[in-house]
Amino acid sequence: MANMTLTKTPMPEQDPNVRNHNFKEVALGYTPEMAMEEAKRCLNCKKPKCVEGCPVNIRIPEFISKVAEGDFQAAYEIITDTNALPALSGRVCPQESQCESKCVRGVKGEPVAIGRLERFVADWYRENVNTMPEKPESNGIQVAVVGSGPAGLTCAAQLAKKGYEVSIFEALHTAGGVLVYGIPEFRLPKAIVANEVKKLEAQGVKVMTDMVIGKVLSIDELFEMGFKAIFVGSGAGLPMFMHIPGEALKGVYSANEYLTRVNLMKAYEEPSDTPIIVSKSVAIVGGGNVAMDAARCAKRLGAENVYVVYRRGEAEMPARLEEQHHAKEEGIIFMTLTNPTEILGGEDGRVNGMKCIKMELGEPDASGRRRPIPVEGSEFVLDVDTVIMSLGTSPNPLIRSTTPGLETNKKGCLVVNEEHMTTRDQVYAGGDAVTGAATVILAMGAGKEAAAAIDKALQNK
Amino acid sequence: MYKIVCKKELNPSVTYMEIEAPFVARKAKAGQFIIFRIDEKGERVPLTIAGYDREKGTVSIIFQKVGLSTEMLGQMNEGDYIQDFVGPLGKPTEVEGIKRVCVVGGGVGCAIAYPSAKAFKEAGAEVDVIVGFRNKDIVILEDEFRAASDNLYLMTDDGSYGEAGFVTVKLQQLLESGRQYDEVLAIGPIPMMKFVSKTTEPFGVKTVVSLNPIMVDGTGMCGGCRVTVGGEVKFACVDGPDFDGHQVDYAELMNRNGVYREREAETKQSHICRMDKLGKELIK
Repeated sequence: MANMTLTKTPMPEQDPNVRNHNFKEVALGYTPEMAMEEAKRCLNCKKPKCVEGCPVNIRIPEFISKVAEGDFQAAYEIITDTNALPALSGRVCPQESQCESKCVRGVKGEPVAIGRLERFVADWYRENVNTMPEKPESNGIQVAVVGSGPAGLTCAAQLAKKGYEVSIFEALHTAGGVLVYGIPEFRLPKAIVANEVKKLEAQGVKVMTDMVIGKVLSIDELFEMGFKAIFVGSGAGLPMFMHIPGEALKGVYSANEYLTRVNLMKAYEEPSDTPIIVSKSVAIVGGGNVAMDAARCAKRLGAENVYVVYRRGEAEMPARLEEQHHAKEEGIIFMTLTNPTEILGGEDGRVNGMKCIKMELGEPDASGRRRPIPVEGSEFVLDVDTVIMSLGTSPNPLIRSTTPGLETNKKGCLVVNEEHMTTRDQVYAGGDAVTGAATVILAMGAGKEAAAAIDKALQNK
Repeated sequence: MYKIVCKKELNPSVTYMEIEAPFVARKAKAGQFIIFRIDEKGERVPLTIAGYDREKGTVSIIFQKVGLSTEMLGQMNEGDYIQDFVGPLGKPTEVEGIKRVCVVGGGVGCAIAYPSAKAFKEAGAEVDVIVGFRNKDIVILEDEFRAASDNLYLMTDDGSYGEAGFVTVKLQQLLESGRQYDEVLAIGPIPMMKFVSKTTEPFGVKTVVSLNPIMVDGTGMCGGCRVTVGGEVKFACVDGPDFDGHQVDYAELMNRNGVYREREAETKQSHICRMDKLGKELIK
């Protein structure tokens, strides 16, 4: 008997005024009972639209019906047949614009909580089973994966499953890419990422950290070493700044730097050697998910006032609604239709304020969003001691500048065909290196499709 | 993990180490840098490469024990391992097409100036070297510099060794005496690089400086190492670390490099505790 409740079964969360002082995970996940109850809201549509909305086409109604039966093991197997990293996507996917946006239950009421169920199944498996996969029989063909973020991990997992000898080259000292340096612990515990990496290693994937491809080895040298195909998932790259006065003051960070210090280098933990400024009032400039992450980290590090300063309106904010909601609950103040014009500093060279101007929305621009226009005479100074620029990134030049024949577009992103192959034979790419800053699941989708294309190409040789 | 295969104290605060890192050694060039991390709790610290042996697969570093991580590294010994050693990062010093060069090194910056002087020499350039130290006790690499240069001018602030005076005094003399250089390369403390650039400016001599801003990843991702050069924002880790000395905003760099100074003083106590612990572990 279907559960016809109009709303999703709520997922327990840490209280906002408790969690904004710790780095533990915000959402606590469903209990088996909650999961089974929510699963019963799925109508098991004959033509499931949700599957079309999923970049990796998880057989959603099929796994949900197993959850409803309480057969979580079977549910896990269905999910992982098409999605290598469900504990991650269950947490960080924008389900509201993907699978859940297509759910028929969403027509009247809330859609089925597909993301929460995916997360539940993945967590249940990790906590109760967590058998390490076995190393499949090797086909002896070596493939290199550059970068161990969501694109690289997914590509490596798919290829390893098929018997390829996969080596991942990671520039940083820990595997996981943006999953470890960018997304904070309270949204995605690092132990979960580490567990996924461990599973890959059990399948025979070699993970080599401290390897900056483009510097220590070039793409051509990887081929000389015997790799038959290379997947480049090197991520988004260099943080952008506004080029306004004062951006070089002490106390101005890029979101990348701030998040890396907090997440990868664990600046929030007592024994970490990596320093971070302890702020009283922080302005985060930008309105994306990264801005929300930076704001919520700043709050947790003890800042009394945390402002998200965004030049467009709240409706135009690119951050997920859930992230915006969580941030507001935690006491982050949103200052929309506001744009910084100058960062002010004292004699000590530290930030002591940020000059802003109010904006209003004009006609739609090239992005389809209404263009923000400054309101004359509306300047004011925001009292802050730290400014975090979260304006997006431009692609990293290290690989393209050392790989002859590798074409990039105007923005510097790698150009690929529909098979995810770059302009160099047997060099594939996916994720932010191709799309510019996008989502984890799109990168995972690209990694998966590229793995299929690599397999096809190598099997035809 | 990366093994320390050789360690020498060059002076009471400066240490030389060779680290086994075959991949880095294969590609390293003068002017590039590495990032090391002592252990799982360690910070990522950039250090310019002081030398390399491609056959042995080792990279040498020379560092002054000034902060927590360099102090801890200095306590480690031959046979010990450090957690991470990443590189080579940054662009190498450009030596092509330079026929006459003056390499100016200050203090521990000489450690970095040396491989560049050697690279110029090996590329066939005529190399003058001016190195400056506070006093006789901290002079390093004298023999090495002599071998890598046509003329070595050794300066000490107090005149206790070589000639008395700053490196800029000697550079000024050489330029005034009509010595022609295609390039002056200055590596050392920020004020020294600034004043070397000021000295060469009226003579119109191209001047390159090697910058050492605060860094995290060293691959362009964090932007912490941004410096203003000729009014443009550059990332030292991917665009540098060598830049046009006449264009660098030194005051900004000095300010930015001091961002954690107060915090460092505050937390010194806990650092000392960690060092003691690490020291005890090493003794075991």
